[in-house]
Amino acid sequence: MSVPKKMPLPAILLANDLLDGDVVFRTASGWTRDPRLALVAEDEATATRLEAEARLAFERKEVVDAYLVDITRDEAGLPVPNHFRERFKVKGPSHRPDLGKQAEFGVR
Amino acid sequence: MYRYDEFDEAFVRDRVAQFADQMKRRLDGSLTDDEFKPLRLKNGLYLQLHAYMLRIAIPYGMLSSRQLRQLALIGEKFDRGYGHFTTRQNLQFNWPKLRDVPEILGLLADVEMHAIQTSGNCIRNVTADQFAGVAADEIEDPRPVAELIRQWSSVHPEFDYLPRKFKIAVTGAPHDRAAIAAHDIGIGIVRNAAGEVGYRILVGGGLGRTPMIGKAVREFLPKADLLAYLEAILRVYNLEGRRDNKYKARVKILVHEIGIEEFRARVEAEFAKLDGPTINADPAEVARIAAYFAPPTYEKLPAVSAAHEAAKRANPAFAAWADINTFPHREPGYAAVTISLKGIGEAPGDATSAQMRAVADLADRYSFSEIRVTHAQNLVLAHVRQGDLFALWQKLGEAGLAEANVGLITDIIACPGLDYCALATARSIPIAQSVAKRFADLDRQRDIGPLNVKISGCINACGHHHVGHIGILGLEKRGAESYQITLGGDATENAAIGEIIGPGIGADEVPDAIERLVDVYLARRNAGETFIEAVRRLGLQPFKAAFTGEAGHVAA
Repeated sequence: MSVPKKMPLPAILLANDLLDGDVVFRTASGWTRDPRLALVAEDEATATRLEAEARLAFERKEVVDAYLVDITRDEAGLPVPNHFRERFKVKGPSHRPDLGKQAEFGVR
Repeated sequence: MYRYDEFDEAFVRDRVAQFADQMKRRLDGSLTDDEFKPLRLKNGLYLQLHAYMLRIAIPYGMLSSRQLRQLALIGEKFDRGYGHFTTRQNLQFNWPKLRDVPEILGLLADVEMHAIQTSGNCIRNVTADQFAGVAADEIEDPRPVAELIRQWSSVHPEFDYLPRKFKIAVTGAPHDRAAIAAHDIGIGIVRNAAGEVGYRILVGGGLGRTPMIGKAVREFLPKADLLAYLEAILRVYNLEGRRDNKYKARVKILVHEIGIEEFRARVEAEFAKLDGPTINADPAEVARIAAYFAPPTYEKLPAVSAAHEAAKRANPAFAAWADINTFPHREPGYAAVTISLKGIGEAPGDATSAQMRAVADLADRYSFSEIRVTHAQNLVLAHVRQGDLFALWQKLGEAGLAEANVGLITDIIACPGLDYCALATARSIPIAQSVAKRFADLDRQRDIGPLNVKISGCINACGHHHVGHIGILGLEKRGAESYQITLGGDATENAAIGEIIGPGIGADEVPDAIERLVDVYLARRNAGETFIEAVRRLGLQPFKAAFTGEAGHVAA
C-alpha cells in the first residue's frame, strides 16, 4: 500500500470560473477573483475542507479545474505560490503587466 | 479565395447552434464536464492557464480583409484587443469567456469562418505555402488541393475519432516553405519524367516528444487519385495506430514501428481495394474549387519599377525593408510582402485589433483584399505593385508593422508558452524577446543572414524547436525554468531534426549562448555560406565547444 502523499501547506485553492474562465480563489464564504483574498489553509483539516467545497462547487457548475496550491506568504502576508507555474496563473502573462490579476489587483 | 456555398453556410450555422445548445446543457447539468470537454475542443475551445482560449481555423492561412476585420472586432469586443497567429496558420484568442463563445462563433460564421477541427483527434486545419499562386518556383498552386482536402476532411465520419490528431500540409514548390516533412502527411506537387503533374506523398513526419521527418510513401501519385490515396493512409492509421498510449498514437510512431516499406505495402493494398471513383473528387468539383484560386487581374507592369528603385536609393531604411521583407512575384512589376509580426521586444505572432484593421485596409488598397498567415507567424500581402511598396512601408510603419527582419535571427517562432498555456513547462515569449533585443541591430542581423530560431515552452513543440536552425526548448528543472538548445534543425526540403548541444541553461543565459553559437558561425563561415550550411559543413563540435566550454556548466 502506498503512503498517502503529505499535503503541502500552507495552501490556497484555486480554480477556473466555468462561465468566464477566469482564475478564482476559495475564501471562507465563496469565490473571489482577487488572489489577495484567498483563504490560506495552514492545516490539513482546512485544506481538506477547501477541497470538499471545491468538489461541491464543481457539481454546482461554478468552477472547473480546482486544486490546492502550496504557497509562501510574502512580506505583506499575502500568499505567493511556491511553483512558478502557479505564480503566472495568479499574476497573468509575465510579458504583459497590463493584463491579468497583476494589472487588476496589483499582485506582484 | 474560396467562398462558401449554401451547404458550407448551413453546416457552419448548424454547428454554432449545436455549440450554443451544448453549452446550455453543460450549465443545466444535462452534460457532465467530461462529456462537454471533447465537444468544446471539437470547436477549438481550450481552457488555459488564465482563461479559455479559442483557436480559429484559417484554412491554409488565407484570409480576406473582411475576415481579418471581423477578427479585429472579436478581439476588441470579446478579448483583450489582440490575437495570436500560430505555427499552424491559425489565430488564437487568449481571453474569451465561455458565455460569449456562441456569439463569437456566430460572428465567425458571418464571415465564413469557424473553429471546427482546430483541436481533437481529427484531421486539423490544412496548411500550405504562404506564397501559393505567387512563387516563381511553383509547379502548381497548392490551395485548390488544400481546399479539396479541407472539404473532404471536414467531419469525415470515418476519421472523426482517430487515435490522435492529424496534420496535413501542402506545397506546390520544390522549395518547401510549408514544413511538409514535419506533418503527419506532407504533400508536394511534383512533375514526373513524362512531364505530368502529380503528388509526392510524405507520411509520418511530426515534432512533439518524438520528432520524425516524414518519409515518402508514394513518389508520384496521379492527381485524380488523391482522395482515395489519403483515405487509404488514414484507414491504415485509424485501424492500426495505437490507442493505448497517447504519446505513441501519432502515425509517425506506426510508420516508425513497422517501417515505411511495410506501411507503404499496407497503404497500397488498401488503396487497391478502394473504389477510387466513388471517393475521388468529381473533376467538375475540382475545377469549381480551382476557379476560386484563379490569379487576380494584374496590371501589365515593367519588371522593374523606376519609382521603387528611386525610393530605395533615397531611403536606406526602406531599401533594407524592401530587400528583406519582399519575395519575388511571378508577375512582372509585383512583389509579395511579408509583414513581420516580430517587432523587437514584442510577443511573436501577436497582432492588436488596430493592427489587424490596418493590415485589412492595406490589403484592400494594395493587394486585392487578401492576406495570408505564414507558419512562421507573420502575415503576407501577396500581390503588391512594386511602385506601391514605399507607401505601403510608410503605412506599416505607422501601425508598428515595418520591422525588417523576415527570415533573420529576430524573426523568431515562439509558442505562447507558460505565459498562457496550461501544458507549458516554461515560458517562450520572454526568451524570444530577450534574444530579439540582443540581436536588434539590423546591420548585424543582415550580416548574420538567414537564421531560424524557434522556441517551444514544452515538449509538444508547437514552436517547432526541433526544426529550428537553433531550437530552444523550455523545461522545468529542479523547480525552475530551464532551456535546452538544439542545433541543425531545418524545416525545408532539407528537413532535419536539431541535436541537443549541451546541458540546459537558465533563461538569462540564453541570449549569451545564442550569441556564442552565432560567433562560431561568423568566425568560421565561408563566403556566402549561411548559418545552417556552416553547421552542416562544420558539424556540431565547434558549436558544442563554444556552448559548453564557456557556459560555466559541467555536463551532468
